[in-house]
Amino acid sequence: MKRALLLLALAACGDNDACTLDGAMCKKLSYYGLFDDIATQQPAAGVTAYDLETPLFSDYTTKHRFLVLPAGVTATWSDRDALDLPVGSVLVKTFGYLADRRDPYSHETKIETRLLIHGSAGWHGASFVYDGDGSDATLAEAGTTVPSTWIHDDGTPRDNDYIVPNENQCKNCHAEHDDVLTPLGPKARHLNLGAQLQGLIDHGQLAGAPPAAEWPKDPNAIDPTTGTLDQRARAFLDINCGHCHNPTGQARTSGLYLDAFETDVAKLGTCKPPVATGRGSGGLSFDIVPGNPDASIMIYRVSSTEPSIKMPELGRNLVYDEGVQLLRDWIAAMPGTCN
Amino acid sequence: MRTVGLTIFLLGGCSSSPDPCAGVTGACVGVPEGSSPEAVQQALLDVQAGGTVAFGAGTFELTTGLSLDIDDVTLQGAGMESTILSFANQTDGAQGLYVTAQHGFTMHDLAVEDTKGDGVKLLGTTKVRISKSRVEWTKGANETNGSYGLYPVQCADVLLDGNVVKGASDSGVYIGQSDMIEVKNNQVSLNVAGIEIENSTHADVHDNTATNNTGGILVFNLPGLQVENGAITRVFANQVFDNNTENFAPEGNIVGLVPTGTGIAILAAHQVEIFNNNIHDHKSINLGIISYETTMIPLPNPGNYDEYPTAISIHDNMFAGTSDMPTGPLGALLISALGEIQATGPYIVPDIGWDGVMDPARMAANGGMYAATDRICISNNGDADFINLAWPLSDATKPSLDASQVACSLAALPEVVIQ
Repeated sequence: MKRALLLLALAACGDNDACTLDGAMCKKLSYYGLFDDIATQQPAAGVTAYDLETPLFSDYTTKHRFLVLPAGVTATWSDRDALDLPVGSVLVKTFGYLADRRDPYSHETKIETRLLIHGSAGWHGASFVYDGDGSDATLAEAGTTVPSTWIHDDGTPRDNDYIVPNENQCKNCHAEHDDVLTPLGPKARHLNLGAQLQGLIDHGQLAGAPPAAEWPKDPNAIDPTTGTLDQRARAFLDINCGHCHNPTGQARTSGLYLDAFETDVAKLGTCKPPVATGRGSGGLSFDIVPGNPDASIMIYRVSSTEPSIKMPELGRNLVYDEGVQLLRDWIAAMPGTCN
Repeated sequence: MRTVGLTIFLLGGCSSSPDPCAGVTGACVGVPEGSSPEAVQQALLDVQAGGTVAFGAGTFELTTGLSLDIDDVTLQGAGMESTILSFANQTDGAQGLYVTAQHGFTMHDLAVEDTKGDGVKLLGTTKVRISKSRVEWTKGANETNGSYGLYPVQCADVLLDGNVVKGASDSGVYIGQSDMIEVKNNQVSLNVAGIEIENSTHADVHDNTATNNTGGILVFNLPGLQVENGAITRVFANQVFDNNTENFAPEGNIVGLVPTGTGIAILAAHQVEIFNNNIHDHKSINLGIISYETTMIPLPNPGNYDEYPTAISIHDNMFAGTSDMPTGPLGALLISALGEIQATGPYIVPDIGWDGVMDPARMAANGGMYAATDRICISNNGDADFINLAWPLSDATKPSLDASQVACSLAALPEVVIQ
């Protein structure tokens, strides 16, 4: 499997298909050699699996995340943003549906693997959609739709026309600041789970970390034992909304900022009138009305599946029931009124 | 042999439908009639910076939003009635087309129809040229239509010329938080707001026709945004008439407050010159000027927001028609104000109304009155009549029809020059 990681640097894939770290993406996921076994997502040597305490909701898919750091280089700690991953790094995320969500060992149908590659001119990404037998995946620059079915947590059959984003849409979420594509998940506060961060440090892959006692840490948004309601709601908003809704993000024009570092409750939505919300207002006057989730535009939008109303705009066809309930509880517990 | 056969087949196809790239100078990606949604998006990924994506005549049925992130690309079709990007069956995407290129976007001779959200949104692009294009919701005025037709936000150097926009449930042409803008020769109808210039600076809006909207042309400044206190807007030589389509904006939106039957409305804007327009036949009011206070929407965190309109010059316009059916909360305010002036109806709303709310800080700094350069000035508008609502009502200061209080003029604003 060294072969594969070398290929990235050598700019030569097989099958008449020139793909490079900086230029064209390979047509097949297998050319990157990231997995010993794609079907089971068994990573190759040098490919490190990781997880996030509170993940972005993606229509009840399961996700497998991996990090590839070039040999001999280290990532650099950041308190706020993603760890600074050097040129040559690759982030890998596979999305799939378990046949039965109640059984983590039930068959998982892989849908897509997204790569985010740090080339010399910056990060770029693309998605690979799994072939019929799941043994490899094919570059899908323009995106596609994959009809999917599964048994849900409550035992009911569910379905979704899962949408694989097009290449430009990487930027719609990943241009977290100033229209520059960056990783979102590997931030210290999201990665501070189990021994993950310590593992990177111990392997010489992460430098500049402060003492462990100073590491920021997300709660698990839907596990009440891991944090207060406010902490959990803010962690949820941070990872699901904050990459656009921050002062330099794609939703900066709205004036609604939901990232982890916002401290002004008005900018977080309390009694904030909508601006260019259009149908998204749902006939309501404020983003958040303390104590009244049903009068809050935020709840209206996260509860909708209409393309012109739903939030987030991308990557969600289905309502995340547990997340909506968290935000409802959070708003219901807020003191005060808007008038 | 198989390859040869395929080539012949493709050539045959070309002879019956012309190459969309024919006549295009420079790099071009052709999108012929019958292309799949994925092929359309692929063209927007494959086009080179500075190149063209040329659509053939025909209707392209799209199911998800399109996006473009490459600089200086031109999208062209065979005409706004011939090349149609239809989003009637859209299931994903908050826009029809979302452009995030940082420099350069040109679109002409294309139509975008029935998007679920906004028609064409551009974020942070410098140099935008959209001409001879159409954005339309084909059911007419309907609250389930998308919000904005042509929607550049935080853009600069913007020219919208000769477009048609119909049916937006917020604004047909909406310019937000932008700088250096020319909006000309467009036809906007059946939108809630025909054209809205919001929190923007240096805008020329001229030679447009705005009719059958709820409100024809709006110049607004709103609080709580990154770009606040827009200024220097000229609205001239427009035809603004019969904007009497019942307001169909979802509640909660600022344009939901626009009374059905409004010609031109100015909200908390600065340095606005409105001249040489034909403004007539609006059932609420031909031209209204208000502060944010009069919207009665709370201002939780004003920051640097300036909620008072200043330096507004209304001159040399033609006003006509009878406004005797003002609607909504602001319409009711007009009737109440007239009721303080005359005991019985009929109540005919004057052509031009001002809420009369003035900035106490500016007045205090200038001996109890506005400096000459901050005033609301209304002159040479034929027989147009005027009302100062002296909001809030029911207090000691009574509404007034005396136009001498606004009889002044301001220096002309500079022209916007788009190269």
